[in-house]
Amino acid sequence: MKFLQNTGLIFFLFGLLAFTLIPFLGTYQLERSEVRKQVKDIHQEAMMEVLQPMFGTRYASNFSFVRDFNRYFDTYNEGLKEDQAWDKVIWDDYAFPLTKASSMSPVADAPLLFLVLSIGLAVFGGLLYTLPMYRNEPAGIKNDGIYFSSMKARGWLGIITGTYLILFYIILYWYPEYLTNLVIMVDPISLLLSGGPASQWFLYGLIYTLAILVMGVRMFRKYKGNNYQTIRTVSVMFFQLSFAFLIPEILVLFNMPWHDFKNIWPLDYSFFYEYRIEGMLGSGALGMFMLIWGIILILIGVPLFTYFYGKRWYCSWVCGCGGLAETLGDPYRQLSDKSLKAWQIERYLVHGVLVFAVLMTAVTIANYFMEFALLGQATDQLHSIYGFAIGSAFAGVIGTGFYPFMGNRVWCRFGCPLAAYLGLVQRFKSRFRITTNGGQCISCGNCSTYCEMGIDVRWYAQRGQNIVRSSCVGCGVCSAVCPRGVLKLENGEEAGRVNDMPIIIGNESIKVKS
Amino acid sequence: MTDNTIVILGNGISGVTCARHIRKNDPDIPITIVSAETRHFFSRTALMYIYMGHMKYEHTKPYADDFWEKNKISLKLAWVEQVDFTERELHLAGGEKLSYKTLVLATGSKPNKFGWPGEDLKGVQGLYSYQDLLQMEENTGKIGRAVLVGGGLIGVEMAEMLRSRNIPVTFLVRENGFWDNILPVEEAALVGKHIREHHVDLRLATSLEEIISDKNGAVQGIRTTDGETIDCQFVGLTAGVSPLIDIFKDSPLDTDRGILVDDKFQTNLPGVYAIGDCAEFRSAPGEGRKTIEQVWYTGRMHGETLAHNLTHKKQVSYVPGIWFNSAKFFDIEYQTYGHVPAKWTEPYHSFYWESGSGKVALRLLFDQKDCILGMNAFGWRMRHEFFDRAIREGWKAERVLKQLSSADFNPEFHRQFHQQVLDQYNRENGTAVKLPKRSFIQKLIGSRA
Ligand SMILES: Cc1cc2nc3c(=O)[nH]c(=O)nc-3n(C[C@H](O)[C@H](O)[C@H](O)COP(=O)(O)OP(=O)(O)OC[C@H]3O[C@@H](n4cnc5c(N)ncnc54)[C@H](O)[C@@H]3O)c2cc1C
Ligand code: SF4
Repeated sequence: MKFLQNTGLIFFLFGLLAFTLIPFLGTYQLERSEVRKQVKDIHQEAMMEVLQPMFGTRYASNFSFVRDFNRYFDTYNEGLKEDQAWDKVIWDDYAFPLTKASSMSPVADAPLLFLVLSIGLAVFGGLLYTLPMYRNEPAGIKNDGIYFSSMKARGWLGIITGTYLILFYIILYWYPEYLTNLVIMVDPISLLLSGGPASQWFLYGLIYTLAILVMGVRMFRKYKGNNYQTIRTVSVMFFQLSFAFLIPEILVLFNMPWHDFKNIWPLDYSFFYEYRIEGMLGSGALGMFMLIWGIILILIGVPLFTYFYGKRWYCSWVCGCGGLAETLGDPYRQLSDKSLKAWQIERYLVHGVLVFAVLMTAVTIANYFMEFALLGQATDQLHSIYGFAIGSAFAGVIGTGFYPFMGNRVWCRFGCPLAAYLGLVQRFKSRFRITTNGGQCISCGNCSTYCEMGIDVRWYAQRGQNIVRSSCVGCGVCSAVCPRGVLKLENGEEAGRVNDMPIIIGNESIKVKS
Repeated sequence: MTDNTIVILGNGISGVTCARHIRKNDPDIPITIVSAETRHFFSRTALMYIYMGHMKYEHTKPYADDFWEKNKISLKLAWVEQVDFTERELHLAGGEKLSYKTLVLATGSKPNKFGWPGEDLKGVQGLYSYQDLLQMEENTGKIGRAVLVGGGLIGVEMAEMLRSRNIPVTFLVRENGFWDNILPVEEAALVGKHIREHHVDLRLATSLEEIISDKNGAVQGIRTTDGETIDCQFVGLTAGVSPLIDIFKDSPLDTDRGILVDDKFQTNLPGVYAIGDCAEFRSAPGEGRKTIEQVWYTGRMHGETLAHNLTHKKQVSYVPGIWFNSAKFFDIEYQTYGHVPAKWTEPYHSFYWESGSGKVALRLLFDQKDCILGMNAFGWRMRHEFFDRAIREGWKAERVLKQLSSADFNPEFHRQFHQQVLDQYNRENGTAVKLPKRSFIQKLIGSRA
C-alpha cells in the first residue's frame, strides 16, 4: 500500500516537474505569415514594422523571444503615448498569440507525448496516491497528524506549494505568453472538444477540472462512511466536468458563445457586459435561453433554493470555486482564521465587493442602453479595475494561491459577491441551520478548527445555540469531526431556527441563559 | 483588593463557568481565578487531539485570550499551597497571599494510583492535565510498546492516541467486559471488538501485578497477576480519577473522598463552596446519581447553579435533569440519555438492536409499565431534546420506537436504521409498529415534522 502510494507520489512529482519545465523547451522564430494571421487588419502595418528586427531571428528560449517582443512593442507604444497619439496605441495583447505561433518546440510535434508526461503522469500519480488511502482502515475521522504536517500546517512544504500556486496564477493571468508550450500541448484536446485551438484559459480549465476530479477521489477516501461528504463531492465533480468544462467547449463547437450554465452573476461578473449580452442575443433560441436562465437564477433560483437548503446548495454542491476549495483545498481547511477580527474584516470585504459588483453592473447596463460616451469610459474603467483586482488578483492569485496560508475559502469568505448575496438570504430567510444537540458539547474545538469559513462553531455549540451564519457554506465537516455528535446540518421549520438566548438542556436548578 | 472578592481556585469547566455566570449576573464584583495548570482555560476533553495532531493547544481554548480582560475576570497562574480559612487567604507558591471573601474550590481530579509496585517509575503516568500531556509526549518518543492499565474512557482515549502514532498497545482491563461496570454485556462486547479492530491487544480479566524497572529507574515491562511479563517502555495508568484535595488534608475543611458539600455546594465553612470533579455531595443530587460527578457537563451545571446562588438572594438547590453523557471509542460514538445501568432486574426490561456491521447499536430500557427509562446509542447520533422529553414524560415503548426517526441526529444522507429496528422490535414483541409516513415534499425539503 505504502509502496503504491509512494510510487504515486513520485509519478506526481515527475509530472509536476515536466509541467514546470515544458515552458522552457524549444526555440522561437517569428514569421511574417503568422503576424498576418494573428494580428488585426488595422494593426498589420504597424506591427510588421515594429517587429521587423525579429523576423528571421531564431531565439533560443521563450524568455529571450518574449523579452525582444516586449521591447519592440513597448518602445512603439511608449513613443505614441509620449506624443499623445492615443488612437494609434495598440492595446491588444499580441504577445501570447504571436509567441504561441512562433514556437518551434518539440511539444508542437508531439503534444500528446508531453501531455502524458506532464499532466497525465500527475493525474495518474495522484490517483495512485489517493485511491489506496485508508484502505483496510475502519471508516472514521482521518485527521491524525495534520498539525505535524509540513504541508498542512504552514511548514516549508506548504510555503513552497503556496508560492508555486501564486506564481502560476500570476503568470497565467498576466504573462500567459510564457505558458505557450503548455497551451500548445493541450491544443489537440481543445480541437477535439471545441474545434478550435486552446487558449491559456482552456489549459487552466483542464487542470482545474482534473484537480477537482483527482482530489474528489481523495475526499471519497478521506470521508468514507459519511454520505453527505461523498454525495456533495460527486456533485461538485459532476458540475465542474460537465457544466464548467465540457458543455461550454461543445457550445463553441456549435458556434455558440462559451457559456457556463451554472455560473451566476455576480460571481460571473461579466454576465451583463456588452459582449456577453450581444453574444447571447446573437445566438438564437439557445442564446436567448442563456440570458433568461441566467436572470432566473439570479432572481428566483438563488432566493428559492437558499430558502429551502441554505447557500450550500450552490457553494459546496455546484460552484466551481467551491468545488476546487472542497477538493484540492480540503487539506488546508484548518488554516482559516477564527478570530473576531477576521470576521469583521470578512463582513466589510465581502459586502464591499458585492456593492462594487452591483454598482459596476448597474453602470454597465445603463451604458448599454444609453451609449453615452463618458459612461462608456467609466464602464471600461470599472471593468478593468474589477477584472484586475477582484476577478484575477483576489479570486485567483489570493483565492487559490493562499490555500496553504489562510485556508481553502479565502475568496469565498472574503471576496465572492455571490456568496455575499446567498449569505444574506441564508441569514435572514432560510430553513437551513446547523442544529446544536442540547447539552452534549464538550468544547473540544474540533468543529471550529476544521471550519473552512472561520466560523467559531464551538462558540455557539457550547452555549446550545443553533448556528445561523451568513458565511456558512454547509460543507458539513464540523458535523463530521465532532466527536460527540453535537452538530447537524438540516433544513427545517423557521420557528426556533434562531435561538439567541438558548437554554442548555440538563440543568433543572435554574433556567440558564447562556 | 476589595474584600468582596470572589476567588475561584481552578480554571476548569466548573470554575470558569461559575466565573462567567457570576459576571453575567453582576457586572462589577471582583473575580479572580487561580490555577497552576495553564494561564487560560482550555478543554481537557481535547487533550487527546493535541497529541494526535488534530489540533494545537491554542485551538482547545474555548474563549479568546482577550475574553478575560473584556469580562474583568482576573487570572492568576500560580499553585496554591495552602488555604488559611480563618484569615480567608490563599497561600501561593512563592509566598504571595491572596485574600477572598468568597472562595469557590474547583480543583478537579487526579489520576488514581492504587499502590502498584513501580507506579512512580519513569515512563509511568496518568493523563489528566496539560503537563501530563507534555510528559506523555516525552515518554512516548521512541518506544516499542505501551501498556495501559484500567479500562475506562481515558484509557480508550490513550489507546487511540498511541495508535495514531502506530505504537503497539496492550490494554489491561480487570473486568470481563470493556467498561462493563457501566455498559451492559452487549455494548461492552461491541466496544471491545472495535478496540481490537484498531489493533489494540485488549486483555480482559487481566490485572496489573507490578511494573518492572530497568537499571535507570525507567519502566521496562509489567507483570500481570497471571504471571505474564510484557515488555514495554510506557505505562498509562487509566483506572479512574479521584478528587484533587491533597492541600486540604489538614485543614478545617470537611472532606471524605472529595470536598463535602450540600445541595447548594456549600462546604462546612462559611463562604467556601466546592464544585466540579472535586466536590462530593453529602447526599446524591438525584435518584440513581452518584455523590461525585466527574464529567464535563455536570461541572458546567455546578458552575451555573453556584453562580446563580452567589448573585441572587433567592437560593436554589442543584437539581440536575435527566442524565446524559457521551464518549467516543475510536470511531464509534456513544451517547446515553437517562438511566441504563450495566445490569437490571425484572420487571425492568430492555430492547437491544445491533446492526449487521456490529458498529451501530441501540439499547432502550423500560420499566414495568413499558415506559422508557433510558437509552444507549452507539454509532448513531440521537437528539438530546427528544430523549430528554421522552424520558421525562415516560413515553411508552411503542411511541418511542415509532418516532425514532425524529430523534435521528446523524448527518443527512446517512443510512437509515429505523426500519430495521422496528422489524426486530415487532418480531420480538408481536407488535406492528410502522414507520411514520413522510410525503415526498417533506422529504424533498428535509422537513422533520
Ligand atoms: C483526558 C480526559 C478526557 C475527558 N473527556 C471527557 C468527556 O469526553 N466528557 C466528559 O464529560 N468528561 C470528560 N472528562 C472529564 C472532565 O474533563 C472533567 O470532569 C472536568 O474537566 C472537571 O472539571 P473541573 O472544573 O471540575 O476541574 P478541572 O478541569 O480539573 O480543573 C481544575 C483546575 O484546578 C487546578 N488546581 C487544582 N488544585 C490547584 C491548586 N492547589 N493550585 C492551583 N491550581 C490548582 C488544576 O490544575 C486544574 O487546572 C475527561 C477528562 C480527561 C482527563
Ligand atoms: S466538535 Fe462538537 S463537542 Fe467539540 S466543540 Fe464542536 S460541537 Fe462541541
